[in-house]
Amino acid sequence: MAHLQDRRPAFTEPGEPGPTKDTGQDASAALIDTVSRAARERTPLRIVGGGTKAFLGRRVEATQAVELRDHAGIVHYDPVELIVTARAGTPLATLERVLDESHQRLAFEPPHFGGAATVGGMVAAGLSGPRRPWAGSVRDFVLGVRVITAEGKHLRFGGEVMKNVAGYDLSRLMVGAQGTLGVITEVSFKVLPQPVAAARLRLSLPFEDACQRLVEWGRQPLPITGAAFEAGTLHVRLEGGEGSVESTRRHIGGEAEAADFWADLREHRLPFFRGDDPRPLWRLSLPARARLPALDGDWLVDWGGVQPWLRSDESPTHVQEVTAAVGGHAIRYTPTADNVSPHPPLPAVLDKYHRRLKARLDPDGIFNPGRLYADW
Amino acid sequence: MEATVEIASTKCVDRDEADEETIMELLFDERIDGEIATVDRAALMAAVHAVAPDLVLLDREEDLRPFECDGLSAYRTLPMLVAMPATLAEVESLMRVCFEHHVPVVTRGAGTGLSGGALPLAKGVLLVMSRFNRILELDADARIARVQPGVRNLAISEAAGPHGLYYAPDPSSQIACSIGGNVAENAGGVHCLKYGLTVHNVIGVEIVTIEGERMTLGGETLDTPGFDLLALFTGSEGMLGVITEVTVKLLPKPEVARVLMASFDDVERAGRAVGDIIAAGIIPGGLEMMDNLAIRAAEDFVHAGYPVEAQAILLCELDGVEADVRADCERVRALLENAGATGIQLARDDAERALFWAGRKAAFPAVGRMSPDYYCMDGTIPRRELPRVLKGIDDLAEHYGLRVANVFHAGDGNLHPLILFDANLPGELDTAEALGGEILSLCVEAGGTITGEHGVGREKLNQMCTQFAPDELTHFHSVKHAFDERRLLNPGKNVPTLARCAEHGAMHVHQGQLSHPELPRF
Repeated sequence: MAHLQDRRPAFTEPGEPGPTKDTGQDASAALIDTVSRAARERTPLRIVGGGTKAFLGRRVEATQAVELRDHAGIVHYDPVELIVTARAGTPLATLERVLDESHQRLAFEPPHFGGAATVGGMVAAGLSGPRRPWAGSVRDFVLGVRVITAEGKHLRFGGEVMKNVAGYDLSRLMVGAQGTLGVITEVSFKVLPQPVAAARLRLSLPFEDACQRLVEWGRQPLPITGAAFEAGTLHVRLEGGEGSVESTRRHIGGEAEAADFWADLREHRLPFFRGDDPRPLWRLSLPARARLPALDGDWLVDWGGVQPWLRSDESPTHVQEVTAAVGGHAIRYTPTADNVSPHPPLPAVLDKYHRRLKARLDPDGIFNPGRLYADW
Repeated sequence: MEATVEIASTKCVDRDEADEETIMELLFDERIDGEIATVDRAALMAAVHAVAPDLVLLDREEDLRPFECDGLSAYRTLPMLVAMPATLAEVESLMRVCFEHHVPVVTRGAGTGLSGGALPLAKGVLLVMSRFNRILELDADARIARVQPGVRNLAISEAAGPHGLYYAPDPSSQIACSIGGNVAENAGGVHCLKYGLTVHNVIGVEIVTIEGERMTLGGETLDTPGFDLLALFTGSEGMLGVITEVTVKLLPKPEVARVLMASFDDVERAGRAVGDIIAAGIIPGGLEMMDNLAIRAAEDFVHAGYPVEAQAILLCELDGVEADVRADCERVRALLENAGATGIQLARDDAERALFWAGRKAAFPAVGRMSPDYYCMDGTIPRRELPRVLKGIDDLAEHYGLRVANVFHAGDGNLHPLILFDANLPGELDTAEALGGEILSLCVEAGGTITGEHGVGREKLNQMCTQFAPDELTHFHSVKHAFDERRLLNPGKNVPTLARCAEHGAMHVHQGQLSHPELPRF
């Protein structure tokens, strides 16, 4: 039965300014076929985009893969509506280039971690970049998704409108679920205009002073969209109107920062993240104003203090326990040989409802089994 | 949750003309909404008091009466029992007893919702959270507030104000509506385009499940391990759990805010001007549009200085740092002139700015003064479709012989058509509801949705069958089942059963056939 919302709104006539036409290829039929067969035979599936964020979960023990890369293309983009819809296999770089041509962007600044990064993988991983505390996260900008379910149905949740409270918010639920609840085939995002003005600054000062200043600045309406600290230097990014950026730049002082700093931080290209460091890399998420946990190692603290990166040889259990004690959690970014989940265990009641939800939406456990946690 | 207090307190529609059976089916129809166990009230009270001796329970008719409806007062039912817990332990105990005895639980905040989400069940408990009314913690340096769900939306901003902070989402009902209800409905307001909905401004909630367990979703960190259940629960209309605590983020108050009012002699031109502003890379703090009927109603009521001859007005609020706002005001003024505005006024001062907004914020009660009753719709559409949707609404209104005023959160495409009718005229309420249903179908056809911010509740259950295919509804039921396998939390709301869709869902669309095929569609 053809439902109304399956119909796409009419495109603007050629020659008129307006929506971009679909330029990609729709491979959804083959994807549905693969999932349906796996569902019938109860064979687990590995869901694969560009493979750039494989480190973020456990290795999935499944011989069969669902490759999303051929299901690509911008389905619909209308800069005036501030909304873009892209197929899951679309290279993230392609999406960002198309937005850039209209002076717009994904405000949550997702890390690519490699040229192969796809839109679907970015959403499934749910990682946001340095702008996150000020602009919002991936899920804040997801408006709708299409997913293939464990029954092999291709369903649509949310849509191409900013406000939508009809039914449960299953599109945001897919963000960060790492493919364990279904195969994301298409995503609609809210996009935002690029700022008129920007400035990048670096200030030399001790960590405690930097924290204190960030608290003071945070209580004022300043156009700060990045604040990271490493080894005696506070890096600050400003983005907004010309007037506010200029007055804030004068207000906070400091020297001009290299143009690539924020992109290099987002992509882990700074020396801190270099691959030949033998110590595992940890990502912590802390409450505002929490103290750094007492852990041995080197720190690079992003997100104005609440996302510290840690290079440390301390044991995984110790890192997670000490971080939990200050109200946060820690995720290991360097995979282990024994395929331990990089994520901390869930509290008992939450764990129970995660299992129940997984069991309802994927009863035979065909979608990325064991990706987040070993036994589901 | 775009409610006004006036609606919540004074608008009560009687359905005396309708026969009893129709009314009962409207409120809950066990035949298609699902069976509910019949439980003896006295026995249930005894069971609750055995584990929670101090829990306040109301069972006398005169005590139950104030809770018979929420802001959608055309729908009224006396609950079997009202429970007014004061502690978390009481909520947990109540839930365990209800789970054990298969008694449904409907949770209610301030009761300002406009879709009947807190409509009681005659065989259920109404869980009233109004005694959970304390601000537990306000940390100005961390810019968060931890509050109980019964705290009023505006009370948070009032408490944060002395620190130069505020809570951004501002539904029109903000002086009365509670934050728990805001989370349950994912409430919006007039500043959503720039500052987001409730889902963007809440960082954690504490939940009690129907089985009486407590869990925290989200928290004080910007993300938490596992699924994003915080997003799932936001806007879930009390179907998945009971919210017992909310942590919100606070924002620094903008340095200045200015409002431009532009009048147009053509609705379509006003709609295009909205697109021009956004296309220029400007994100206004608020961008609202009203049509002629709404303008005249508001002006008559509030005397905001609106141009009553205009076919449409746009209110564009720009906020931020002084220098940026001044520059943006000039750009917007030029854009509005190019778009063919017949008049542009910049509010001279904060008093005039407040007056411009007063007209818009009072639009619902103002329209209410023009007509014995009105019915408020809540569709969202892609903005580019506005002219065609407004034309479609005009045609439908003419067909049904009722007047419709339109107010529009133009920035984010959320349209509130207000259908004027007189419930005392036999059949006119039904006509208004039929027209409303068609308007929502129109929104879905335009690529939009049946509800942008008011929620599905009881009111729009049948329209859910228009928006979603049976497989999608089944998927929703699976999610529900994971958290509430006995279907005890707010049954008969938010997501229709397939049985309901089979019976009523064909009302608007039936295998591609639309009712009133003579009307222009797109």
